[in-house]
Amino acid sequence: MADLNVKLWRGDDNGGELVDYTIEAQEGEVVLDVVHRIQATQAPDLAVRWNCKAGKCGSCSAEINGKPSLMCMTRTSVFEPGETITITPMKTFPIIRDLVTDVSFNFKMLKKVPALKPKAREADGTYRMFQEDIERGQEFRKCIECFLCQNVCHVIRDHEENKTNYAGPRLFIRYADLEMHPLDTNDRLSLLQDKMGLGMCNITKCCTEVCPEHIHITDNAIIPLKERVVGDRYDPLVWLGKKIFRKSKTKVAVTE
Amino acid sequence: MTDELNEIHSHDVVIIGAGGAGLRAAIEARSLGASVAVVCKSLFGKAHTVMAEGGMAAAMGNVWKEDNWRVHFRDTMRGGKMLNNYRMAELHAKEAPDRVYELEEWGALFDRTKDGLILQRDFGGHKYARLAHVGDRTGLELIRTLQQKATSMDIDVYMECKIVKLLKDSSGAVVGALGFWRNSGEFVLFKGKSFILASGGIGKSWKFTSNSWESTGDGHALAVTAGADLIDMEFVQFHPTGMVWPLSVRGLLVTEGVRGDGGVLRNSLDKRFMFNYIPEMFAAETADTEEEGDRWYEDKSNNRRPPELLPRDEVARSINSEVKAGRGSPHGGVFLDIASRRSPEYIKRRLPSMYHQFKALADVDITATAMEVGPTCHYVMGGVRVDADTAASTVDGLFAAGEVAGGMHGSNRLGGNSLSDLVVFGKRAGEFAAKRALGMTKDVEVDQAEVRLAVEEALAPFNRSQGDNPFKVQQEIQETMQNLVGIIRNQQELEQAHSEIERLKERVKQAGASTTSRRFNSAWHTALDLVSMITVSEAVAKAALLRKESRGGHTREDFPKADPEFGKINHVVRITNGEMSVKPEPLPQMTPELAEIFKDDVK
Ligand SMILES: Cc1cc2nc3c(=O)[nH]c(=O)nc-3n(C[C@H](O)[C@H](O)[C@H](O)COP(=O)(O)OP(=O)(O)OC[C@H]3O[C@@H](n4cnc5c(N)ncnc54)[C@H](O)[C@@H]3O)c2cc1C
Ligand code: SF4
Ligand code: SF4
Ligand code: FES
Repeated sequence: MADLNVKLWRGDDNGGELVDYTIEAQEGEVVLDVVHRIQATQAPDLAVRWNCKAGKCGSCSAEINGKPSLMCMTRTSVFEPGETITITPMKTFPIIRDLVTDVSFNFKMLKKVPALKPKAREADGTYRMFQEDIERGQEFRKCIECFLCQNVCHVIRDHEENKTNYAGPRLFIRYADLEMHPLDTNDRLSLLQDKMGLGMCNITKCCTEVCPEHIHITDNAIIPLKERVVGDRYDPLVWLGKKIFRKSKTKVAVTE
Repeated sequence: MTDELNEIHSHDVVIIGAGGAGLRAAIEARSLGASVAVVCKSLFGKAHTVMAEGGMAAAMGNVWKEDNWRVHFRDTMRGGKMLNNYRMAELHAKEAPDRVYELEEWGALFDRTKDGLILQRDFGGHKYARLAHVGDRTGLELIRTLQQKATSMDIDVYMECKIVKLLKDSSGAVVGALGFWRNSGEFVLFKGKSFILASGGIGKSWKFTSNSWESTGDGHALAVTAGADLIDMEFVQFHPTGMVWPLSVRGLLVTEGVRGDGGVLRNSLDKRFMFNYIPEMFAAETADTEEEGDRWYEDKSNNRRPPELLPRDEVARSINSEVKAGRGSPHGGVFLDIASRRSPEYIKRRLPSMYHQFKALADVDITATAMEVGPTCHYVMGGVRVDADTAASTVDGLFAAGEVAGGMHGSNRLGGNSLSDLVVFGKRAGEFAAKRALGMTKDVEVDQAEVRLAVEEALAPFNRSQGDNPFKVQQEIQETMQNLVGIIRNQQELEQAHSEIERLKERVKQAGASTTSRRFNSAWHTALDLVSMITVSEAVAKAALLRKESRGGHTREDFPKADPEFGKINHVVRITNGEMSVKPEPLPQMTPELAEIFKDDVK
């Protein structure tokens, strides 16, 4: 088969550049395979993360021809013959080396999420939940933490300073997962609005567009959360009237 | 200590691995009041466990009231061809349901029955539908639930850090683990009172594998190098259904759930060939006509299970034979067909990630056409020899749980029994490691000279500026194990493997770091992984040569039958004075009450 022309960003926090590689194309490959073959034959020290090679672990996020994607789920056949494939690290996070970025921001934010506080079991010792009660939660829990949505969200992509007071779409999903969880009795709405920057999201939907798990981040998580915050603060009748699954909840103190 | 070491952390319990086993151990140890460190090579939440698909086995009886721990215990022992550590299999069968319910309480959203209980699905070798699951992404649910629980508990997670050496004190107890940060290349020492290995498997040493880059057998190698025993290392599970095409995804797993939900295997003559391969041991409980097999999905009381759902070793060997006999698919596998048997809606709902995986990576719509599949290296039954109740290894202060521990699955693991194993024995390891640590009054001392030596060894690849490409050496190990210590083995090839391994040991010593930068240097990381890979490969090859019979995940062309004498022993691998040896030891005998469960079985 013909050769592929690949440009890879190489460098570290002191700077770097796009480096050209030429490698023979092979049938049925994904971009991660090409990167691995470059690593194995031409650049053994190349830094790249991966684990599952099947879109299940969310390790191999990068920007391919400018588009935030999983390298393991992007087939090389989608490029025109002769088209150069340019692979750069996610832009929103600090560079460690080559395609590897420092994504610790996300883990710090996840640590601040108040945990699930389950209600008591039924008299027979079980929890009864019906498939229709958990379908929405299951959608959120498909998240593979690739952080591509965090990467494209302009609130942090263009404004480094917001990283202290904005949790980002992945985190909003996590909050929605808990808020709509049939067993949970915590209330995190004030925290979300006051410390996690829910109000700063202006529903551009860029996050939803890049999600490899096709989670409806804005429609199913962010907008319902925003509605709940509004309802909770200003007009209890609004949310009582809404057909949202809700239980009585204890409020969580707003702490760091 | 040494100029190279500027960072030391002290904890009661240090856990190496953040998959299901490591996280469950961490939660337990922390809840008992121990200070806990979890160290892992990848980012938090990316361990191999995240890839598990089909489900976790537990006799909860939500779908079939007839199910109970005795039936699960019997299935597990028979699946392992009776070589399992009976006590582990017993504890596992008894405790798995509680471990599942606890995950539910921590937030896991398993698929539900019509009554609102946890739904259970069919899998090979399990008499009843027994696997709690979330579609075909159960591992993600398991790891996320445990990760979220651990995150809320004040457990210290040290991610992207590779442990390269366990350090012992003068009494022979493990007191330290030396590692380096992958990001910076700086060294870090973890001092602790108890250590738990939860480092997963060894599958990266084979060419076609469902395992990730992490599965280089580090934990197995750390343990045996520190003087601990390994057992059953000859038993490696080849999962019958891996993808075979395109080449770049060869080995990627196709969940057994496809067969559990109605999929069948066919050869190029369109025949359901598994009916020709029903072994005597399972004949009484396996359907002998397609009609009976098909009826079983709806009516389990009056029909026997289809042979596609025999234990994995049987199915993998059968596929291998069909391909060898020239009845394979175009790319050297066989056909796995669910398209002609279930509706597209059903398939998409039950197997969403399989649908997506084939569509995106192979341009195959599994609701319309059959998949091409073949065996792929998947799981190691062998591992660190542990005490069944406490998960303690044979070295003081060192515990092991999850895939890195041996014994539980005997010669062959049933699908779904790993995820439950992780939480059952993860919990036990956490409990006993914490108790040991909290009962100790003295602080531990780590020998500085040993630390210095370990650092030097780890930096050696930087001294080989003209060194070999580690990826090349890795490939040679994979070819050797695939071709000579694969699914079907024989004396001659195993002997050849031994000389290859001796040669490769020298190659491993020549692998270089490629550049001088220590920052996320993949060549350096891989060069160090090779040390584990070659150690583990040697253990597997040595044990395989000595077991002159076929049983479970060890098939010898030259000894095609199971031999009752070998059924009485485990192989124990040990390193003494730098030499690896393998010795047979008698299998622990089960109590008469447990033996009663098998009294009517055909051997
Ligand atoms: C594709 C696939 C599907 C599967 N499906 C199922 C299923 O449906 N049901 C089932 O029961 N089983 C299934 N299995 C098997 C099961 O997933 C694994 O056996 C299990 O997840 C192993 O878990 P663990 O906790 O032992 O280790 P892992 O999840 O493998 O985690 C190992 C951890 O150890 C860390 N580690 C390793 N070495 C070092 C080191 N040197 N220093 C620091 N950290 C280290 C790693 O970073 C990682 O965090 C599947 C396996 C695969 C590959
Ligand atoms: S919709 Fe909100 S969270 Fe999503 S990218 Fe836009 S601003 Fe960010
Ligand atoms: S929500 Fe989607 S894009 Fe965001 S981290 Fe999860 S899987 Fe990735
Ligand atoms: S490697 Fe796991 S998502 Fe790409």
